[in-house]
Amino acid sequence: MNVMLSSPSTLAPDVASSQPILDIGDVTLQYTARHLSILATYKVSAQVFEADRFVLLGPSGCGKSTLLKAIGGFHKPSEGEIRLRGRKVTEPGPDRMMVFQEFDQLLPWKTVIQNVIFPLIESGKAKTRKEAEERARHYLDKVNLTKFADNYPHMLSGGMKQRVAIARGMAMEPDILLMDEPFAALDALTRVKMQDELLELWDDTHFTVLFVTHSIAEAIKIGNRILLLSPHPGQVKAELNGLCRADAAGPKGKAFERDIHDMLFAHKASDEVRHHG
Amino acid sequence: MADVIATEPHNFRPEIRSEPANAEAFGVVERRLTLWEQLYGSGPVRKAFILLILAVVWEVYGRSVDNSLLFPTFGETASALVSGLATGDLLMRIWTSLQVLLMGYAIGIVAAAVLTIVAISTRLGEDFMVTLTAMFSPLPAIALLPLALIWFGLGAASLIFVLVHSVLWAVALNTFSGFQSTSRTLRMVGRNYGLRGWRFVSRILIPAALPSIVTGLKIGWAFAWRTLIAAEMVFGVSSGQGGLGWFIFQNKNMLDIPAVFAGLLSVILIGLFVEGVLFKLLEDRTVRRWAMQS
Repeated sequence: MNVMLSSPSTLAPDVASSQPILDIGDVTLQYTARHLSILATYKVSAQVFEADRFVLLGPSGCGKSTLLKAIGGFHKPSEGEIRLRGRKVTEPGPDRMMVFQEFDQLLPWKTVIQNVIFPLIESGKAKTRKEAEERARHYLDKVNLTKFADNYPHMLSGGMKQRVAIARGMAMEPDILLMDEPFAALDALTRVKMQDELLELWDDTHFTVLFVTHSIAEAIKIGNRILLLSPHPGQVKAELNGLCRADAAGPKGKAFERDIHDMLFAHKASDEVRHHG
Repeated sequence: MADVIATEPHNFRPEIRSEPANAEAFGVVERRLTLWEQLYGSGPVRKAFILLILAVVWEVYGRSVDNSLLFPTFGETASALVSGLATGDLLMRIWTSLQVLLMGYAIGIVAAAVLTIVAISTRLGEDFMVTLTAMFSPLPAIALLPLALIWFGLGAASLIFVLVHSVLWAVALNTFSGFQSTSRTLRMVGRNYGLRGWRFVSRILIPAALPSIVTGLKIGWAFAWRTLIAAEMVFGVSSGQGGLGWFIFQNKNMLDIPAVFAGLLSVILIGLFVEGVLFKLLEDRTVRRWAMQS
């Protein structure tokens, strides 16, 4: 583990600004289900910098999705605060575009290109319809969907729908792109392809992205910085630097994966047996 | 290595590798449907066929009864309908009914929209709508007619009042349930775009709830027709010119039963037109195109 922590971050060469884009400060989140108030995360802190591929990693029940929704402005922290470029997050807004896990996140009554154009117009990001359309075409081209621009979402496969959602998010050029397990509902082959494409897109534009996943392998592949959360409630277990891409695919990546797995589950294994046995 | 595989217990079967056959091997991959297949595949043709069968059954039964006072044949009804339309009398009646109907329908929809927006804005509004709907939805509009006559007199206002009552609850209830069943993800997407208030309702909720809204509009339309014809029959002439219901009632009194049937048939024909053409166009262009409804 120490080896990994000390491995130099060779990623994100243009991390220049010293001010974090996103500052999560001691955030405690609670939600109510039935008659219970459940603690989702407890005093989680983290900072995301420009051009980071920041991954929130943890087993189910660690509050990582709740934390992402709080950053999206859908959920108020009961303690602590979330700041985006110094401004406190109080409500949802187009400066934090979200990519959801669900395939139904595209508006079914709009074509693919209309789905990308719509938020550009509604948020005033694009001044004219023409500008919005050019931008939408540019980003649809980036995700290789130019041919499907005039199709309705129901004609697309799951992977294509997620690509539209990513194009839509990127076209808005938000301060940060929030991705909530965007590839979790895809089949394994498509998932690997989408991960590669996401990295290619990042190489292209160096956007800032916050990526939630429960897959350790995915976190290692995608992230240049990985925040490990422990479950019930989510607390910071570690914040690690990612590996460079060549290492992530090789034996170093495997070792890193084991390390993270041990950190998340090792001393819990005995508990698990007692709970469920 | 090969030896190891050969001794595996499940590998006694030989491996199979094959090349896909040439296209010529199976002849035509695509072919045009035959005329019969095309006809059977067309909804309007199938429906027209059913209507034709019904008309034939009607004609045959009418002839076997052989009493136009009890059950006029399809031919007699059709000729009564044509002569009614030709003299313009029936056309005027239909027009009178449609005017009142559209007025009541429109007011009912606007009222339903207001009620639903109140219902989705606050929790108290929701309770208000649910309670009102539970109270008034089961109340037959016709039962309100005597009261309406006292309140609004013998004019079209009374008819419009009962029409609004028959349209309002069906449309409001369906629209509201459509809003409620809008997926959480779509709502979050809308709010993520920064949409709030009316813009959120009009850009996200209404299109997302359109299948339910259209269903509500259809039910409302059917309720409105029923109520109107019944009300006109009870209520008779309004301001000199009676509607379709009155036409039916009047001809019954004169024992001109083919004309009564012609009146009923025109209600049916208008219903078929609205359902089969207007609502179908609306659905084809919206919910069906977006695959929100099959």
